[in-house]
Amino acid sequence: MHELSIVANLFEILEEKAKEQKAKKIISVKLKVGALSGVVPEFLETAFDIYKKGTIADKAKLKIEDVPFKIQCQKCQAEMVKDDFVFICDTCGSTDLKTLSGTELLLEKIEMELTS
Amino acid sequence: MKKKEILVLEELLGSNKKIAADIREKLEEKGILAINFLSSPGAGKTSLLERIAERLKPHYKMAVIEGDIETERDAERIRAKGIPAWQIITGGACHLEAKMVGKIFSEIPADLDLLFIENVGNLVCPASYDLGESIRCVILSTPEGDDKPKKYPKAFTTSDCLVINKIDLIPFLPFDLEYARKEALEMNPKLKVFITSALKDSGIDELVEYFLSSLRNLRQ
Repeated sequence: MHELSIVANLFEILEEKAKEQKAKKIISVKLKVGALSGVVPEFLETAFDIYKKGTIADKAKLKIEDVPFKIQCQKCQAEMVKDDFVFICDTCGSTDLKTLSGTELLLEKIEMELTS
Repeated sequence: MKKKEILVLEELLGSNKKIAADIREKLEEKGILAINFLSSPGAGKTSLLERIAERLKPHYKMAVIEGDIETERDAERIRAKGIPAWQIITGGACHLEAKMVGKIFSEIPADLDLLFIENVGNLVCPASYDLGESIRCVILSTPEGDDKPKKYPKAFTTSDCLVINKIDLIPFLPFDLEYARKEALEMNPKLKVFITSALKDSGIDELVEYFLSSLRNLRQ
């Protein structure tokens, strides 16, 4: 349950960006959460709703895009989604693989209402 | 009403990563090997550290950072071995963060050889936080079950070495050692696997030798 700590970091970035843009309020926040990011999207949502009260993102909507764990075989170049996180190529059995996505925990974009 | 959408693409754990990278750079500059111990509560992290301390103390300078939700107990156990230890009491937080390690950084002697960080007992959250370590070591004890690697993917995929501890209990448990090893290696083929019993003092020499060879590589 480290999602609250992650949401605290998120709000640091949100407040900084809102100040930069002279925003009146934040309308929506979009995150990208990888299957192997180590966080639970539902807990992020709960933590976000608790944390946002009284902030510039008081009414903001949190959108989370789940990113699958995707790897590419460096031997046969096949790309595949691995729900079981097994690091073996489905096509040729090689273990020489590159992670393409699924470990990220990103703030992708912010939609805000400006003062002027 | 004027609306605007901005593209940020910033990592949510970016500030932790930055502090961790700074810690790692400073430690490596001083030739100190930092090892982050991750496991569920009661897997034997402190007992392993006691055994490691007995071997390293005559020849190397080691220190330990202990992370716990409450109490100074683990640090006291390490100090009883004649090893300097700092206790970080997280007061409820389920993991250590780089900034907590950063706070005691100035107290760490510059002539240290190995710095062990014993994380809060938890196989989930600590895995998301880089502490600036050179080696991440996950410990799985046999009573936890041989199916744990795939249930806690982040801990096993981000580690450099796996210690399977409490091997002395195998005769009493339905724990298939080869299955556990296979599960872990399937997810992380680069894992170095060590089989130990901190209680019976077995398999510790191999683990210590791995840390020492990593220390030699760091200083090359």
